[in-house]
Amino acid sequence: MRSKGIAIPYVVWMAIFVVVPLILVVVYAFTNRSGGFTLENFASMSQYASVFGRSFLLAFVATVVCILLGYPMAYFLARERGRLRQMATMLIMLPMWMNFLLRTYSWVFLLERNGFFNTLLETIGLPKLDIIDTQGAVVLGMVYNFLPFMVLPIFSVIEKMDHRLIEAAQDLGANSAEVFRRVIFPLSLPGVLSGVTMVFIPSVSTFVISRLLGGGKSLLLGDLIEMQFLGSAYNPHLGSAISLVMMVIVLVSMGIMNRFGEGEGEAVVL
Amino acid sequence: MKKNGFVSRLFLVIMFLFLYAPIFVLIVFSFNDSKSNAVWGGFTLDWYLELFQNRTVLDALQTTLLVSILATVIATIAGTAAALGFSSMRRRARTACLTVNNIPLTNADIITGVSMMLLFVFAGQVLADLSAWLNELSVVESANLWFDFEFKLGFVTLLIAHITFDIPYVILSVLPKIRQLDPNLAEAALDLGATPMTAFRKVVLPELMPGIINGALIAFTMSIDDFVISYFTAGSQVSTLSMVVYSMVRRRVSPEINALSTLMFVAVLALLIIINLRQARQEAARARDRRIAGRS
Repeated sequence: MRSKGIAIPYVVWMAIFVVVPLILVVVYAFTNRSGGFTLENFASMSQYASVFGRSFLLAFVATVVCILLGYPMAYFLARERGRLRQMATMLIMLPMWMNFLLRTYSWVFLLERNGFFNTLLETIGLPKLDIIDTQGAVVLGMVYNFLPFMVLPIFSVIEKMDHRLIEAAQDLGANSAEVFRRVIFPLSLPGVLSGVTMVFIPSVSTFVISRLLGGGKSLLLGDLIEMQFLGSAYNPHLGSAISLVMMVIVLVSMGIMNRFGEGEGEAVVL
Repeated sequence: MKKNGFVSRLFLVIMFLFLYAPIFVLIVFSFNDSKSNAVWGGFTLDWYLELFQNRTVLDALQTTLLVSILATVIATIAGTAAALGFSSMRRRARTACLTVNNIPLTNADIITGVSMMLLFVFAGQVLADLSAWLNELSVVESANLWFDFEFKLGFVTLLIAHITFDIPYVILSVLPKIRQLDPNLAEAALDLGATPMTAFRKVVLPELMPGIINGALIAFTMSIDDFVISYFTAGSQVSTLSMVVYSMVRRRVSPEINALSTLMFVAVLALLIIINLRQARQEAARARDRRIAGRS
């Protein structure tokens, strides 16, 4: 029982398939095609500054929308009594079992010029909206796909919260707004923080959603990286450099966020 | 906390509509008697029949299921073993392992995919160089041998990638169960004459089981839903369902795919309902046992 030997295969496996690949990314980022050291990959990245800006902006907007929609959703679900609350996790995870590309693609039919949504608007006498192939549609795709990752951690934190704390606050004369602001919300922050990480990272690196819903007009970081490895602009060195910079920016911003979130906020995974 | 009023209930309904609307569209159009996904042309079951003739889709389904099941089984065993090993490690080694374990979880999928693709391509290059070098050796030449090591992206690399991103989920769900474990139980079993293997099998393993099953479920869900990592590590020879859908989306999604997703959705729904019913029944039985125990 007391043997650390059984972890050795795992350690070897993770070293080869997690650590070495990341080292390769760094090596590729600092070399050129003939294998010599260069910083050119980073220098030539300035032409993609707008892509960086757009990706981070859209991911930021999507994350904010996810908090605004996901927090109340998790909060109200945790307040439900009985069956609905018990099944909440399942109901939120269930859509994830449908292929993610198909789910995203169905939004095209819902949102297109003569799609379901516009027909609905027309019948109630409102003008049609051009949603598809805009950046708004890309944000919608991100929110739709990653909202469960915001709701689930917040829900599980609020659900496990010690109800005696809330009752104590009420006994001490706090009204429900104060209870929320000074007890429930601060206690649920770890859930929000892990939700933000789990929404922001996939949003900033997505390459499918923008292609499906954005009409390929607004190139994002994910698209740029994909093009360097499997697409038309084959150049794994530049691709690695872009990946590396993206990874560093994400890590730094997550680090700063967790610093502000006090107490590191233990990660809540599902 | 207050109970939900009308407005918060309405909000929940709208949010669930938002989450389920695209799925509803897919299911409806799997019965649509028209090739288009925008016009309703009457009810049909043709797409379900055609689904079972479509080799591309069926092959992809087979690959997806095979890779997900294999990766889940291997990752569950390896992850449980690793988690057990962690508990007897020294603090610093354990922290290092947990940090590496978190990398695939927090890294963007595209970076995991791209970095593994670099590794596989690099390994292929090294092997090709190695065989070229071996073939030039005079010993090899005189023995009339010809080395041709090859390593290409394909099923094996796809499986390796899936195992790699599945293991961390298993570890994260088994570790808390190991922490809750009472060490006295295993020792009692040993004192009573059980071999270490029996003690593990009969005492430790049953305690860990909920965590192991939970980890396996998460791993399977992640595998079956993955697109990005598979896309970079599968090469051009094998395709998972997501990859087939992706290649279709760029041209035209055939309604057979809608039919297949509907079937998969119904299968999962049925499975979850069965699990839920079983849990409810177990809870009822436990409550009854408690009542009986309380009376005596």
